[in-house]
Amino acid sequence: MTKLDAKIPAGPLAEKWRNHKNSLRLVNPANRKKLDIIVVGTGLAGAGAASALGELGYNVKVFCYQDTPRRAHSVAAQGGINAAKNYMNDGDSIYRLFYDMIKGGDYRAREANVYRAAEVGNDVIDHFTALGVPFARDYGGMLTNRSFGGVQVSRTFYARGQTGQQCLLGTYSSLSRQIGKKSVTMMSRREMLDLVIVDGKARGIIARNLVTGELERHSAHAVVLATGGYGTVYYLSTLAVNSNGSAAWIGYKNGAFFGNPSFIQIHPTSIPVLNDFQSKLTLMSESLRNDGRVWVPNEKGEKRHPNEIPEDERDYYLERRYPAFGNLVPRDVASRAAKERCDAGYGVGESGLSVYLDFKDAIKKQGEKVIEEKYGNLFEMYEKIGGTSPYKEPMRIYPAGHYTMGGLWVDYNLMTTIPGLFAIGEANFSDHGANRLGASSLMQCSGDGYFILPYTISDYLSDQIKVPSIKTELPEFEKAEKEVQDRINKLLSINGSQTPASFHKRLGKIMWDYCGMVRNEEGLKKGLQLIDELEEEFRRDVMVAGTADEFNQELEKAGRVADFFGVSRLMCIDALGRKESCGAHFREESQTETGEAKRDDDNYTYVAAWEYKGPGQAPQLHKEELNFEFVELKVRSYK
Amino acid sequence: MKIKLKIWRQKNAKAKGRFADYELANISSEMGFLEMIDALNTKLIGEKKEPVSFDHDCREGICGSCGLYINGRPHGPDARTTTCELRMRSFKDGETVVIEPWRAKSFPVIKDLVVDRTALDHIIAAGGYISVDTGAAQEANNIAVCKNASDKAFDAASCIGCGACVASCKNSSAMLFVSAKVYQLAMLPQGKIEARERVQKMTAEMDRQGFGSCSNTYACEAECPKGISVTTIARMNAEFLTAKIIAQKVG
Ligand SMILES: Cc1cc2nc3c(=O)[nH]c(=O)nc-3n(C[C@H](O)[C@H](O)[C@H](O)COP(=O)(O)OP(=O)(O)OC[C@H]3O[C@@H](n4cnc5c(N)ncnc54)[C@H](O)[C@@H]3O)c2cc1C
Ligand code: SF4
Ligand code: FES
Repeated sequence: MTKLDAKIPAGPLAEKWRNHKNSLRLVNPANRKKLDIIVVGTGLAGAGAASALGELGYNVKVFCYQDTPRRAHSVAAQGGINAAKNYMNDGDSIYRLFYDMIKGGDYRAREANVYRAAEVGNDVIDHFTALGVPFARDYGGMLTNRSFGGVQVSRTFYARGQTGQQCLLGTYSSLSRQIGKKSVTMMSRREMLDLVIVDGKARGIIARNLVTGELERHSAHAVVLATGGYGTVYYLSTLAVNSNGSAAWIGYKNGAFFGNPSFIQIHPTSIPVLNDFQSKLTLMSESLRNDGRVWVPNEKGEKRHPNEIPEDERDYYLERRYPAFGNLVPRDVASRAAKERCDAGYGVGESGLSVYLDFKDAIKKQGEKVIEEKYGNLFEMYEKIGGTSPYKEPMRIYPAGHYTMGGLWVDYNLMTTIPGLFAIGEANFSDHGANRLGASSLMQCSGDGYFILPYTISDYLSDQIKVPSIKTELPEFEKAEKEVQDRINKLLSINGSQTPASFHKRLGKIMWDYCGMVRNEEGLKKGLQLIDELEEEFRRDVMVAGTADEFNQELEKAGRVADFFGVSRLMCIDALGRKESCGAHFREESQTETGEAKRDDDNYTYVAAWEYKGPGQAPQLHKEELNFEFVELKVRSYK
Repeated sequence: MKIKLKIWRQKNAKAKGRFADYELANISSEMGFLEMIDALNTKLIGEKKEPVSFDHDCREGICGSCGLYINGRPHGPDARTTTCELRMRSFKDGETVVIEPWRAKSFPVIKDLVVDRTALDHIIAAGGYISVDTGAAQEANNIAVCKNASDKAFDAASCIGCGACVASCKNSSAMLFVSAKVYQLAMLPQGKIEARERVQKMTAEMDRQGFGSCSNTYACEAECPKGISVTTIARMNAEFLTAKIIAQKVG
């Protein structure tokens, strides 16, 4: 059994990163341009990394499947980005942000990584501001903050409800500058379909040119995956519809361990499922819970219009159950509380699967104009989809799949178990434990890309300077390309009767029912069986229209769905193995009398890192024990 | 509801395109426009025909991927709405809906309704940024920015790079797209330093990419899903003129 080495530097928490940076090896500027780096992904993580590496003088190639890097899914983030600047003078500090993330993650994240993420968060805000990201300001011209769930300070920087867009466009501008200088080569409309390993090291990728269908070989001294999360495993989720789990799956199949695959966040405030043909769920930012109050009627099956239900007939259940944090409890807690009310029959809307988010009191207190300034674009978005105005009546919301805390296992240097393969941003597992606190993903993605990876990858590359550019004629490339070609041909030759999307939808339903907000042993086993059956049906009856050598969106979808079967299975296996409840992973067998999650620190204070063992084989579990040196493990309470 | 569709079909960049007619019954008025095309594609695949290709990703109006020319208007009939946000309730039962790709010399068709918009990326790469390297930034609150200027910068910064402005313009000008970026960065103290150089580089690249010139018809403003205002164009022209005069003087 391999022993996982997280390579956490020794020393006091606040000095670990600084000391580590001082000990990392460097690459001489003259040698950097001889070193090739592939970055897959152009979200905050990938575009940030590619810019920073380009600035340093490395020879960088960056990939995305969209037509331009500016459309990576990071663009859709709404609410904000955290940093412990303490501009609000409310007692914030890097330690407090670190602590909130550790606690919010239900003590299942690595202390050293989390502290570092909080530490570089401040640099991220400085950098974005310098790049011209228009964060919200007060009348004195200074940056202002708001609060997010699970914390008692205001540390969230925001750009109306479009923070992700503004941060990504800032990052895209820095990337574009490097592209203009030719230090970075942009490869858009390319999908990575395999990783190439030479002598045990990651040395390149096979990508499909999505315009021509051609398979391309790209080589490098190191490969970085910044490919985002796989929340679309539920089919309906808050993610962009093309987001997928294939890159992580490819890494895993090539030997990178997969960390905590079942840790997936269900966001409490999404516009509910309105009809059967819906292709995605639209998020209503968590920031809304700053001013919105969540409630359901006191009576089951209440049919009155929400505005007609008097105050004393409303159950503000979050305020009732969690007086200390009220509407701002963390996401996992808020999601389960909504599900509990709806399952008990108090839900509203036609399906009974939604609750109210009400701004009546906030508008009364602060005036419509202030509320509009804070949430105008979200209200507009809601009205376009939901058909009613949140200024006039409460929104209806329900939980939806949103963010994957799980991802490729990485050490402190953000390197996976394959030498030379790095994973950054949402694609790795490292900083959010079993539940992510709002606004800390943008922070982590940008921190990883701009401020951490450039140091750690240089250390790895420092002993590669004598290695000439890797030749794509090597048999390893030949073999990987052929395998991809075979996979594509196979999908096209099935010629069945059902579309890839219809399989995705059915798989999503299985995952939502059996590996979603609550899980139990029986359900997970059932889920595994259903996944097997559905995959068998897919291999027999999927219909992939078109051919391999052209622009073919059906083929793209089919490949992603095929990989999702594997990801789904791994999620269920992981969820089965973890018999405790922690964060977003709620095992019904492990709860307190009042229905709160019950952790089992004696047996499960570890990261589950799964190793691929071949098709049809059970994966092997490796445990990275989490040692809490600086924080005492406590029962997470928001009451 | 029932919908008749006339959709542009084109096998690839080199092939000649043509309109094809389709009919869809049982369309709900609550369906999104793209979900309606999803439904058409499912039907086509069932009939062993080729589905219609179109770009899309976020499906909530923020990524700028989608962009269809619907009944003679970019992003269809509703103001300040991207194609993916458009609902079928904006169409009448039995209506014929004509769907085309963006038409502009600088946006060659890749397939069906998918066009190549990388020309816009080239314009940004030519100068649509503030030149600051990672690690070189000062403490964020050392730069005070007047709230009013910051809000205006924000309004311009909300461009999603969809290209509807180009598609709506009879000259296929990218002026609104370019001016939005120029304006955003010129409003901020951080961006002022390079403002003049930026406008020249970006305009030169816009010309090189084959976009037409702006003749102030302002069709772009009416069709922009994000409400980018043509005042950004005025500001950019002013910036451009000063840059030119200064260049002549320094000469
Ligand atoms: C609706 C929504 C709102 C959110 N709001 C917030 C918020 O307010 N604050 C916050 O902190 N977080 C928020 N999040 C989470 C946050 O947005 C994401 O976690 C983060 O943006 C992920 O960034 P990333 O760089 O890791 O990946 P992404 O931005 O997802 O980018 C992935 C990139 O990888 C590329 N890619 C993937 N696979 C391949 C492949 N096989 N080949 C080639 N390219 C590939 C894609 O093209 C893309 O460029 C939100 C998430 C959602 C869904
Ligand atoms: S200016 Fe408006 S229409 Fe033009 S690309 Fe930007 S968002 Fe689209
Ligand atoms: S699909 Fe993203 S804006 Fe329409």
